[in-house]
Amino acid sequence: MDNKTALKLSVIAAKAKKNALRGIYESQSGHPGGSMSVMDILVTLFFSEMNVDPKNPHDPKRDRFVLSKGHCAPGLYGVLAERGFFETAACAGFRTIDSCLQGHPDMKSVSGVDMSTGSLGQGVSAANGMALAGKLDGAGYRVYVATGDGELQEGQVWEAAMFSAQYKLDNLTLFVDNNGLQIDGDIAGIMNPAPIAEKYRAFGWNVLEIDGHDYHQIADAIQKAKAEKGRPTAVVCKTIKGKGISYMEDRAEWHGKAPNKEEYETAVAELDARIAELEGQING
Amino acid sequence: MGDIKKVATRMAFGEALTQIGAREDIVVMDADLTKSTMTNLFQKVYPKRHINCGIAEGNMISTAAGLASCGKTVFAASFAMFSTGRAFEQVRNSVAYPHLNVKIVGSHAGLTVGEDGATHQCIEDVALMRAIPGMVIVSPADATETHAAVRAIADYKGPVYLRVSRLAMPVLFDPDSYQFTLGKGHIMRDGSDVTIIGAGLLLHEGVKAADMLAGEGISVRLVDMATIKPIDSELIIESAKKTGAIVCVEEHNVIGGLGGAVAEVLGQNYPVPMEIVGVADQFGRSGKPEALLDAYHMSAPYIVGKVKRVLERKQK
Ligand SMILES: Cc1ncc(C[n+]2csc(CCOP(=O)(O)OP(=O)(O)O)c2C)c(N)n1
Ligand SMILES: [Mg+2]
Repeated sequence: MDNKTALKLSVIAAKAKKNALRGIYESQSGHPGGSMSVMDILVTLFFSEMNVDPKNPHDPKRDRFVLSKGHCAPGLYGVLAERGFFETAACAGFRTIDSCLQGHPDMKSVSGVDMSTGSLGQGVSAANGMALAGKLDGAGYRVYVATGDGELQEGQVWEAAMFSAQYKLDNLTLFVDNNGLQIDGDIAGIMNPAPIAEKYRAFGWNVLEIDGHDYHQIADAIQKAKAEKGRPTAVVCKTIKGKGISYMEDRAEWHGKAPNKEEYETAVAELDARIAELEGQING
Repeated sequence: MGDIKKVATRMAFGEALTQIGAREDIVVMDADLTKSTMTNLFQKVYPKRHINCGIAEGNMISTAAGLASCGKTVFAASFAMFSTGRAFEQVRNSVAYPHLNVKIVGSHAGLTVGEDGATHQCIEDVALMRAIPGMVIVSPADATETHAAVRAIADYKGPVYLRVSRLAMPVLFDPDSYQFTLGKGHIMRDGSDVTIIGAGLLLHEGVKAADMLAGEGISVRLVDMATIKPIDSELIIESAKKTGAIVCVEEHNVIGGLGGAVAEVLGQNYPVPMEIVGVADQFGRSGKPEALLDAYHMSAPYIVGKVKRVLERKQK
């Protein structure tokens, strides 16, 4: 990926973060921390890799994405809106009674959402099913799935890890959003899933370890996963929870808390400044 | 009587699946019980579309959801205890909430699992599945009905729970004339004093009870309610009007199963005295299936007893 593309993706990410925070702020409810940490991965997938078409969202040949860490729906909605699946203005209705933007992703009500999630631990299994269907049909689409690192404490994630390897699902790529935090704090102090990379290796996966905020590394990992034959790829992404919002970064308290008016305005100002800076670099 | 053909509904399930197996959209999943759920019959003919998930039922159900989201018609089978119990939340959130085309199959339902005992005798599965919005539940009584039910649910788009049993039982219905309609009960024989409504394996005891009662001059309407959800309210209300008393018979806890479904319809529409024959809110135990049905007061003589009781209440 060239630098200019990476800069453009950064702009989109900042805009998508604004969409996400708008919804959380308006409804005074939702999960900002993990929505920010997974954002660069989502933007790379939806803007530089995945074959999806907002005008034909159910195309059987499309690539699939499963947000297994479904509480980060605001992040996904923010990106889907930027990608044209629905109006960005709709993000403001997040979690409110007349909106289709449910608190956790609902595949029935939002186009661009390929699987309903929210109960942690089930998304990799669902993604396996999609990847297996692709194999059975000889279809060329790829399946992407993102989990949290706390989510790895769910046993089903490891049942799914065995399954992906057993059925040689090389059309599947898993991103682990390794931000080091879960609701109650540090994952290492609660129930440590480390070493994550070694575990996936032991389960028979191709494993890559990257900086989950570096577009070059994310794009590169996607290409390596596509080239891998006979086994699935796990991309363990070192990330920062709350990334891009100064007072949220690396703070567990921002897992599922809405900003107040002042905090929201600070976040928007920081993101606007970031967008201006990036656009300066793109044009300069 | 020794030469009566006996077939377990799980066997009929495996056979029926294999018969419709040429359909490329059908994928069958199992969790290391292929020789018990009888999905091994399908596996022999269509190995590529038979997916053994190992002993990981929750994973199996969520994987089924992913397959269904890509257009597959998925049958995911295990013992009822595990496909509805262990994997309850996956059924609820991965399959039912997005209304995906997955048929959850629970074999070895009820007490007649026999020797394996309480950990394997699932008497809560219908209650669990019934509480999930939009879930369809089918509990066939014999091989003929199972064949028809498997075809019907394969053609229906959406989540279904199919309940089948371990024990080989006589074939009740003639395959040449039997008609199955999803969502409809059917009157096996008509009568005027009382209605016995049954589903699944215990319907056989209901038939025996109806014969015994006929000998005593009591006229029984016998209803086969193979679809437990959506329940055939019309037939229940019409039976209540005609006979004025109802006894439900099922191999399930008396809480939340067929009896519960019928009580909900009667209570809200046309209350008449009713009784439920089932497991009286206890766990099962090891033993021969027939001995268990006696020990838990579910065999034909106990149904006769409940019918007499409901008739007394009706007179008052
Ligand atoms: C099965 C299940 N248990 C509990 C929850 C509640 N919950 C929501 S988010 C969360 C913590 C997730 O932590 P992590 O996977 O690290 O996500 P991230 O840090 O990326 O937000 C929990 C426990 C849930 N959604 N699902
Ligand atoms: Mg985390």
